[in-house]
Amino acid sequence: MSSSNWTSDFLNQLKNANISIVISPLNQKSHSEQWQIKSPHWNEFSTLAVEQQLRWVSGWAEHKDKQFFINACFEKAGFYIVLRTQINTDNPELPSQASVYPAANRSERHTQDMFGIRFIGHPDNRRWTRHQAWGKHSYPLRKDFSVDGEPEAITPADKDYPFIKAHGAGVYEIPVGPVHAGIIEPGHFRFLAVGELILNLEERLGYVHKGIEKIAEGRSPESLARLAGRISGDTTVGHTWAACMAMEQAANIEIPIRAAVIRGVLAERERIANHLGDMGAICNDVAFVFAQMQFTRLRENWLRSNVLVFGHRLLMDIIVPGGVKSDLSAASIALTKKDITQLKVELNEIMPIIDLNSSLEDRLYTAGYLSPEIAAAFGTLGYVGRASDQDYDVRRDAAYPPYDQVEFKVALENQGDIASRFWVRYKEILSSLKLMNQLLSQLTDGEILTEWQPPQNDSEGLGIVEGWRGEITTYVRFEADNKITRFYPRDPSIINWPALEKLTLNNIVPDFPVCNKSLNGSYSGNDL
Amino acid sequence: MLKLLFKSLKTGIATERCKVPKDNELEALGIEIKRHIDKKFSGSIAIRQVDAGSCNGCELEIHALNNPYYDIERFGIHFVASPRHADVLLVTGPVSRHMQTALLRTYESTPDPKWVIAVGDCATCGGEFGVSYASCGAVSNVIPVDMTIAGCPPTPIALMKGLLGLINLPKGKV
Repeated sequence: MSSSNWTSDFLNQLKNANISIVISPLNQKSHSEQWQIKSPHWNEFSTLAVEQQLRWVSGWAEHKDKQFFINACFEKAGFYIVLRTQINTDNPELPSQASVYPAANRSERHTQDMFGIRFIGHPDNRRWTRHQAWGKHSYPLRKDFSVDGEPEAITPADKDYPFIKAHGAGVYEIPVGPVHAGIIEPGHFRFLAVGELILNLEERLGYVHKGIEKIAEGRSPESLARLAGRISGDTTVGHTWAACMAMEQAANIEIPIRAAVIRGVLAERERIANHLGDMGAICNDVAFVFAQMQFTRLRENWLRSNVLVFGHRLLMDIIVPGGVKSDLSAASIALTKKDITQLKVELNEIMPIIDLNSSLEDRLYTAGYLSPEIAAAFGTLGYVGRASDQDYDVRRDAAYPPYDQVEFKVALENQGDIASRFWVRYKEILSSLKLMNQLLSQLTDGEILTEWQPPQNDSEGLGIVEGWRGEITTYVRFEADNKITRFYPRDPSIINWPALEKLTLNNIVPDFPVCNKSLNGSYSGNDL
Repeated sequence: MLKLLFKSLKTGIATERCKVPKDNELEALGIEIKRHIDKKFSGSIAIRQVDAGSCNGCELEIHALNNPYYDIERFGIHFVASPRHADVLLVTGPVSRHMQTALLRTYESTPDPKWVIAVGDCATCGGEFGVSYASCGAVSNVIPVDMTIAGCPPTPIALMKGLLGLINLPKGKV
């Protein structure tokens, strides 16, 4: 673990600032520690953390009896700190970290809507996840809120949300969504435009809020794994893995090596399938249909192999608590190896055509620029971060089995435009193909499932994996009888969506679809 | 450009014909759909897809209908950008309460005669999410549904079979 270098410095700084910290291990196996502080220091801590260049990872709260536990997770050099404090339910308020870390902004608004906790000094405390399905003074994630709620027969549209306004000659608003013109998820975008130029873009999400955190309460581990697999359909492997990892930590069980390798193969298959789809869609959004047809063909081939090898096109429900449900036969391994070779051959033919195409060059280069500084400030993850020089990958920097046994190169670009996000995906496909070969060669005989041991009351876990969109962190706490009492999955989209508001600035409205596709945030993973 | 042409020629037509058993099924399905569409819908049906709360899994498979293997447009089925242009609404997801009004408005904007297909387990029965403070559950809890296509998510072949099911509904309904 690489914590020793910076945590001792940081602890000294905190000591000098009279912030006392109680450290306890979150659990033995993860690259993380739990730091307990007093609530008045919540903001001060973040001020010192940002000086130390810690990345803000995730924030969530928990309700127990007369108290709220508030958590914020930070990372540096692959080591994670879960900062925790507690406040009374009588006067639930806390100094905001969003004034220091923009990444904390929407997360704190989510906590405000779901728990009724006030973040003092928050730069923008409008509602976020709440539309009109529940009242201003009721909070779904408090334990006294029933899962059924008290909804009206027809939930009205959230028509009075106070969007940012602009005044002046020639400025006009373009409302888009929630129902969009394509086969995509719902969300609302409010453009302020001058001519064709985007002056400001404001996202309004939360339309597909399905109460995932609430309906997770009381579930068994198997049932939670199924739910996690449906947080975002394209990240079913990533989310199930993160949830299972968290639950396995809580239960203190180790999965068999063979199961870890198979999980790795699943995750890389998911990454490649999604990147293929996105690369085609990016080209399609600038009307280069040849690439769309080629990439959707390759994706379909890939999904058909998923069926042959694992029995499901999107690989749902293959990962289960304790291991995996389906083994890799010799025939499946041979098929996978053939797939890898085949895909390389195809890409070798297609990529030069794309590289030499001047109309693509014209549309994709310099468009949708996200500077490395802004990417760093927002803690931007995955291919979006890596296209803007953010060199972080959980598989390498906080390696978990099977990635602690393999070597691979993390793709990186520094131009920060749509083309960078396109080419980073391509590089990631190549490195995933190499990774799959390595994983397959390491496959040793053995079990694929460890028997489940019900965890003790109150045990917790933090699963951190590199999903295809980037780092996923999932927090789980058990109560008695093997039941979940808190589940908070942080999809990388939650962190990446705000970057879209920045990278579209000064682009033209007709380029918005391709900007959006190049980031490809999940609405469902964001709204929960 | 030469490379592009060469790759296109080399790839040929991926759209499936009667070669392997699976392709047979696709082709047979397609032909039957086409026959019905020609007869009952004067050659084409326009579908407006509405995600009313899905996890996006169903959308991925609906997208696949447009890839070169399935190429659903050849059977006269195409996706349109507005409910005002649509014959059929293809609705996915448990209907989240935040999307309830949007779905109702989409339904009202679709001209008669119209049909609603609920796609996927969530749309059919609420699936993993059911009814809660945030979810209305099945699509039929919000708007009238003419038929359902189960699956989590339904495969492209299941979607095509489902569309055929709509076309085969008793005469009075279609």
